[in-house]
Amino acid sequence: MSSLFSDYHIWTALWATVRLTIYSAIGSLVLGTIVATLRLSPIGILRFVGTSYVNIFRNTPLTLIILSCSFVLYIQLGITLANSSDPKFADVNGFRLAVVGMTVYHATYVCEALRSGFNTIPLGQAEAARSIGLTFGQTMREVILPQAFRGAVVPLGNTLIALTKNTTVAVTIGVYELSAVLKTVTERDPGLLNLSFLVVGVIFVILTLPMGVAIGRLGNRVAVKR
Amino acid sequence: MKFRATYAGAAAAALSLGLGLTACGGSSGSGGSSKEAVCKLPDKGPTVKVGVKFDQPGLGLKDGDKYTGFDVDIARCVAGELGYSKVDFVQSPSPQREKMLQAGTVKMIVATYSITDKRLKEVGFAGPYFVAGQSLLVSKDSKIDSVKGLAGKKVCSVTGSTSVDNLKKEQPNLVPQKYDTYSACAEALASGSIDAMTTDDTILAGYANQSQYKDKFKLVGGTFSEENYGIGLKKGAADCQKVADAIKKTVDNGNWQKALDNNLGSDYKYNSESNPPKTPTCQA
Repeated sequence: MSSLFSDYHIWTALWATVRLTIYSAIGSLVLGTIVATLRLSPIGILRFVGTSYVNIFRNTPLTLIILSCSFVLYIQLGITLANSSDPKFADVNGFRLAVVGMTVYHATYVCEALRSGFNTIPLGQAEAARSIGLTFGQTMREVILPQAFRGAVVPLGNTLIALTKNTTVAVTIGVYELSAVLKTVTERDPGLLNLSFLVVGVIFVILTLPMGVAIGRLGNRVAVKR
Repeated sequence: MKFRATYAGAAAAALSLGLGLTACGGSSGSGGSSKEAVCKLPDKGPTVKVGVKFDQPGLGLKDGDKYTGFDVDIARCVAGELGYSKVDFVQSPSPQREKMLQAGTVKMIVATYSITDKRLKEVGFAGPYFVAGQSLLVSKDSKIDSVKGLAGKKVCSVTGSTSVDNLKKEQPNLVPQKYDTYSACAEALASGSIDAMTTDDTILAGYANQSQYKDKFKLVGGTFSEENYGIGLKKGAADCQKVADAIKKTVDNGNWQKALDNNLGSDYKYNSESNPPKTPTCQA
């Protein structure tokens, strides 16, 4: 047990998984909100852009998105997200590319969760807001979005849990997160294989179970009572 | 009516394009060197289940219903020497190898399986049947000729392997790039976006000898580690010594060399000091 933790850097990997989750969650919340706004905009071309974004990225496998972040953005186009003179360049760059990929993919789910939140708001509210002279931006900011987020807490929470588990795909471009531990143990120390799968499985339960409980409570507390 | 005609035309065009593409795919797949099985199995005898890789070109590759590669040929030769008349190949991915042997799903595993102390605690080995070593694969016109020349270069390997870490000790200024499969590395190397890829020379030679990469890559830098590929067996397997003897026979009767030339190319320069292995032994 102790050699699993000392030789295979489980804590480092866990920290990478947690950071990957947090950054991607924040990124996809921001991007998802923008895309949701596009999809609800009164301008046809913007709606089209929003809808296309969701349809393209939601229907592309995450592995493919993450892999193309490295293959297309970094290797083909030479876009780097870290200082190339940094000795840890490869790790940092790979990590950030993975965050980009996770964000792009999960933003579509955030967008759809938010849209489900929008649908809980009676249409009359938007009409009332427009009739007192608020612009589209003001209507979104002051009336629609605050209620939409409150109505969307539970579906957003589902997305967060899915995102946490989806971080295991980042190993495809070499990010040392929890599933990379399993890959390394498999290669070097088959005696620890069962134990490592058990430990990583338990860690994921510890990460996601409280998330589910907290989200359920929060969803009840902030729900818009009508 | 006009509409319908246009649609029909478009459909026909799409169909012919599709057919054209499949035809191309078929012909490129069957290219490459002759992949006839090296060893003939005896006419009568029992069947044996052998674990191999299905996705390692030149070593263990499933192509339709055919199995090719050095490991596959060695498995057939050894099975033949042991008196088996039929070999059933089973895929043995890295995480399942030890379990498959322990549970008896397969009798032997021949899948670039290096003999290490930690693995010997779980399973037995007969071998080595080949001594591989870490090496470098670069594009044909690359100027890189040694580990020292890797300063500032992008070097690809897979997550979990120690290959890049070994190189970093010699040349701290290289830029490591990790993916989860060697195929991803080979593809990136072929497109010129990375400068080198590193792992066992056998695996590298396997990619270099694949028809789509033929004459695009070269192996450089010699070999600078020793990976003893063994045939994995259940711990304490009674016929471990027989398997070791069968490997010895396969080497002595020339089938070993034939298998190597057929699968990894006759211009593949392996470590000739330790190959062919002189004394395959049983470590159960």
